[in-house]
Amino acid sequence: MTTPAVQVQDVRKVFVKRERRRSAFSRGKRSQAIALDGVTFSVDRGEVFGILGPNGSGKSTLIRLLSTLLLPDSGSIHVFGHDATRDEFAVKQLINRVSVDAAFFKKFSPLENLSYAARLYGMPIGPARQRMREIMLRLGLKEETFTSPMEHMSRGMQQKVAVARGFLTSPVLLLLDEPTTGLDPHSKLDVQAFVREIRSDHDATVLLTTHDMEEADRLCDRIAIIDSGRIIALDVPERLKEGVRKRNGHEPTLEDVFLELTGKRIAEAEKEG
Amino acid sequence: MNAFVKEMRGAYAFVERNINLMKRYWGWEVVWLIYSLVNSLAVTYIGAGMERISGTSLDTQYLITYLLVGTLIWQYLSVIFYSISEMIAWERWEGTIEYTFMAPISRSTHLVGTTLFAIGYGVVRTLVILAIVAGFFHLNLSGANLSGAILLLLAGSVSFVGLGILAAILPLLYPERGAQMTNAAAAILLLISGVYYPVATLPGWLQTIAAGSPATYVIEGMRACLLHGEPTGKLLPTVLALVGAGAGVIVVGLAIFRRVEAYAKRAGRLKRSG
Repeated sequence: MTTPAVQVQDVRKVFVKRERRRSAFSRGKRSQAIALDGVTFSVDRGEVFGILGPNGSGKSTLIRLLSTLLLPDSGSIHVFGHDATRDEFAVKQLINRVSVDAAFFKKFSPLENLSYAARLYGMPIGPARQRMREIMLRLGLKEETFTSPMEHMSRGMQQKVAVARGFLTSPVLLLLDEPTTGLDPHSKLDVQAFVREIRSDHDATVLLTTHDMEEADRLCDRIAIIDSGRIIALDVPERLKEGVRKRNGHEPTLEDVFLELTGKRIAEAEKEG
Repeated sequence: MNAFVKEMRGAYAFVERNINLMKRYWGWEVVWLIYSLVNSLAVTYIGAGMERISGTSLDTQYLITYLLVGTLIWQYLSVIFYSISEMIAWERWEGTIEYTFMAPISRSTHLVGTTLFAIGYGVVRTLVILAIVAGFFHLNLSGANLSGAILLLLAGSVSFVGLGILAAILPLLYPERGAQMTNAAAAILLLISGVYYPVATLPGWLQTIAAGSPATYVIEGMRACLLHGEPTGKLLPTVLALVGAGAGVIVVGLAIFRRVEAYAKRAGRLKRSG
């Protein structure tokens, strides 16, 4: 039996919040927010695994736990057999992440930001620079933007640089947290094509969270639907759709699946989040 | 060997990043340099004007050198302290903290890179201030033990690296106000370490606290070297004590830092950018 790329077992994560103090001498009341509640799933090597859910459903918490940026309160997370809590360093060597907020040194150029990333991951800088250029061109960024400050770039272009940074280190597990949010339709297709390419050429496993049902349908081998910190469905897209009756005469979509399972449309759920 | 090369590349990432930050925020650098320079001049002019202030005859040249040594050494040590204590604060300001903490790099390597930059930056900056200030005052360092002074300064740097790590914990623990707390820590060190006056001037209880500040010994030793030409042999016990204590504080600081990092990961405190 081969080791799964990702094994998440009964993971629970609760955040404690303290409300604003009423006076200098009183302490704010503590409240708990359950981000993940007994989440269990596994992802096979080479699979593109989607996680669908509204804002606040626990998607990003899950990605942060897999990125070793958070520690679970209970349960376990293994990446290619390495415990993400106890063997954090080994996990870090295998992963990279693209998050919805393109976090960069805004006054640096894309090349300076990517050089910083390459050095952090111990890559020799010569070949890394060559690879940076190739990936950025492949994602549709123009050569003249490579050396201009990130703060002068559009949100979509910044997100493409974030995607380039995620791919730069050739991770065997790529964590994509809403990677195409803010991209125009053409750029979205560029990124999606690149994800497919990475999976086929580099044997990478991809874990993708998204609000975009079409994107999930197009890219993912299996999809988990998460709501209020719990996985409420997990299957291949076709079987998820099979379980939902036809509405208004059309074949069910993932949006219909989401509506059926959570009682709300993705857009409504996002507003609640 | 391969692992070592990777770690060194990682350490250089912080050196290059900080040099790039300096270039991009060059306006801040100029303002900060002017502020430090004017501050050093203002403090040193107190010595130059002391004869007029007190109305008695004093060794003004000695006073000027006494204050200048204090202010320059403090400029250098505080650059080391701030460069290291801000290694987390910068990441919070720029919003890159999660990305850096996710990279396969040890915290020790992170620190080595930050320290290499801090020492280089501190030396260059202090030399620039010294060169300009020297144009305002007549400095006579003919009897000074310069090699001893450099040795002492390097030993003092080790201690300040340790203190910087301890201070870097604050922005990790308190995303909104941690960076300001490091200013308070630096101000306390300035008060108690005899930068502008002998520690004996302070009340007894502050003198007791001053005994725990490495800056006290660095500045005292530097004055002994530069004003009285104290031989290097006599400085060695202080140098060894500073290196030993500094190494101890670095080890303890890193251990606390790792625990606080684990706490921040449990409590979800890496995410907020303050």
